[in-house]
Amino acid sequence: MIQIKDLHKSYKMGSSSLHVLKGINLTVEEGELVAIMGSSGSGKSTLLNIIGMLDLLDEGSYELDNVLIKDLDETKAAKYRNKFLGFIFQSFNLINYKTAVENVSLPLYYQGMKRAERQEKALKYLTSVGLLDWATHLPSELSGGQKQRVAIARAMASEPKLLLADEPTGAIDTQTSNEVMDLIQKINQEGKTILVITHEEDIAQMCKRIIRLKDGVIVEDTKVNQVLATQYV
Amino acid sequence: MFNQDRWQEIFETIRKNKLRTFLSGFTVALGIFIFIILFGFGNGLKNSFQEFFLDDATNTMFIFAGKTSEPYKGFKANRRIEFTNDDLYDIKDNFPFFLEYITPRISRRATVRYKNEFDNYTTRGVGPDHQYAEKTIMMEGRYVNELDVKNKSKHAVIGRLVARDLFKQEDPLGKFIDVGNSVFKVVGVFQDDGGDNEERFIYIPYTTRQSLEKGNDKIDQMIVAFRPELGYKGSLAFERQLRVFLKEKKVIAPKDPNGIFIRNIADNIKQNQQFANVLQLIVTFVGLGTLIAGIIGISNIMVFIVKERTKELGVRKALGATPKSVIQMILQESIFITTISGYVGMALGVFLLKNINETLEDYFIKNPYIDISTALFATLILIIFGGIAGYIPAKRAASIKPIVALRDE
Repeated sequence: MIQIKDLHKSYKMGSSSLHVLKGINLTVEEGELVAIMGSSGSGKSTLLNIIGMLDLLDEGSYELDNVLIKDLDETKAAKYRNKFLGFIFQSFNLINYKTAVENVSLPLYYQGMKRAERQEKALKYLTSVGLLDWATHLPSELSGGQKQRVAIARAMASEPKLLLADEPTGAIDTQTSNEVMDLIQKINQEGKTILVITHEEDIAQMCKRIIRLKDGVIVEDTKVNQVLATQYV
Repeated sequence: MFNQDRWQEIFETIRKNKLRTFLSGFTVALGIFIFIILFGFGNGLKNSFQEFFLDDATNTMFIFAGKTSEPYKGFKANRRIEFTNDDLYDIKDNFPFFLEYITPRISRRATVRYKNEFDNYTTRGVGPDHQYAEKTIMMEGRYVNELDVKNKSKHAVIGRLVARDLFKQEDPLGKFIDVGNSVFKVVGVFQDDGGDNEERFIYIPYTTRQSLEKGNDKIDQMIVAFRPELGYKGSLAFERQLRVFLKEKKVIAPKDPNGIFIRNIADNIKQNQQFANVLQLIVTFVGLGTLIAGIIGISNIMVFIVKERTKELGVRKALGATPKSVIQMILQESIFITTISGYVGMALGVFLLKNINETLEDYFIKNPYIDISTALFATLILIIFGGIAGYIPAKRAASIKPIVALRDE
């Protein structure tokens, strides 16, 4: 699903430049649930941004679903993102004046789907995260866990090849975290490839594979025995 | 533009961000409203000005006779020149190309009496065309006509204030008044925009005046009107030729500055017109200033709105919105709001101007108005600049990387 070869990325900070990623080689197969761990400054967010086409790489190559991702202008990146990727953010990033169902249907709007169809599909995904009853509520009327579930439904709605979760449990309590991870695991069991960035060890243990980053290089890449979140829910 | 889905998305955004919509709409509406009111007031001021200075016909010349100051062809200096009726006919015959009409004017003070009421008034012996020269407006009856002149009828046309003072509530038409010990029949009552003094005149046929003065044929002054299409330059040529003609006829030295005086109203008009133009310039300037203030207002609001929406735009971009669709969304929304509110502001402004009408006349604002094309043009300008003002920050927001926009808390 993902093939990254010799990836370098540095940021210009005034006159000096900060070398953030120093030669990353990474292959992720379809259906994997991968945790990317590392302390802050390890480059894990930068890696996710590049995989998510929110940022450009300097050197190396990146293939997503056998499509070489290069020479991205904003328009092309937007189309790829819409087609390939679903995002789950730490701070949910729901649009606050749109109801849950409207938020979920937004990526479908950018796919050019008809309104009625959009609505139907959005409701289907809201149902799958157990929030059908909250469809017409605004984000401000939802709890943190509910918001993240709406965000997951939104990420799923466009039926992406790859789900990218940036600290999905960073802003919610443990109990709710387990619920969210349970949901992520279930989505993974249906065959979706998911990348989770986290710095919480127990969250990482709920994935199938852990990649540890330190100072811009991968220091550890291990398969783990997945801890199922269902037991905590 | 006519994508129904996009419109729905925009209406939704507008409906759910009422404060934002109100702010930008209000700025535009207020801008255009103030522009229209100020512009209208400016026009009202111009109207008042024109009424003060331009109440008489503007294509006339007044010809007076005086004393010569140079001896010429055997005549001594200091000779009094006088006009007579045949001067009228001669001018009529010799200047058919320039002349629109000519009328004499013989002014005399007289005590005028009706029953127990009496007062001193100025009577003017005139011809029928005098009505056009003074732009006299008939309220009742008629003006002095050709028949009056021919028959030397003792008919009088009295001013509104004469009628009010002498006749009180009575209808003066057909009544007889005593003018300097001769009896005149009132055949008309007039009003004049030139003010109260102009409504205290009494007009009588000039021939009647002459017959009262021992049947002479002398004329105080002549009022000559040139064809308006000749314009200012034509009037100057006419004036020059008229001067030469009359000096020759009255045997006055060509270089003599006295003897005959011609006052060309077109000269006054030209000065007044210049003043009116300056007034117009000020009005335009104030209007432009208001418009620019409005443009700056909407620009500020647009920058603020886009700033406020940076994160939302980042989310939209992460979800697959292209830069183009982001710009389009912001622009379409802003143009929609400015168009609607611009139109509302314009309508309100025009409505208010229409209702002000006469109420501000005490402040020298008469019939304030704005022509609809100016109003539409100003609204359009504001919409266009509102669009540009939205486009610049929208373009910047659309080019911000979503990752940066998402970090914007």
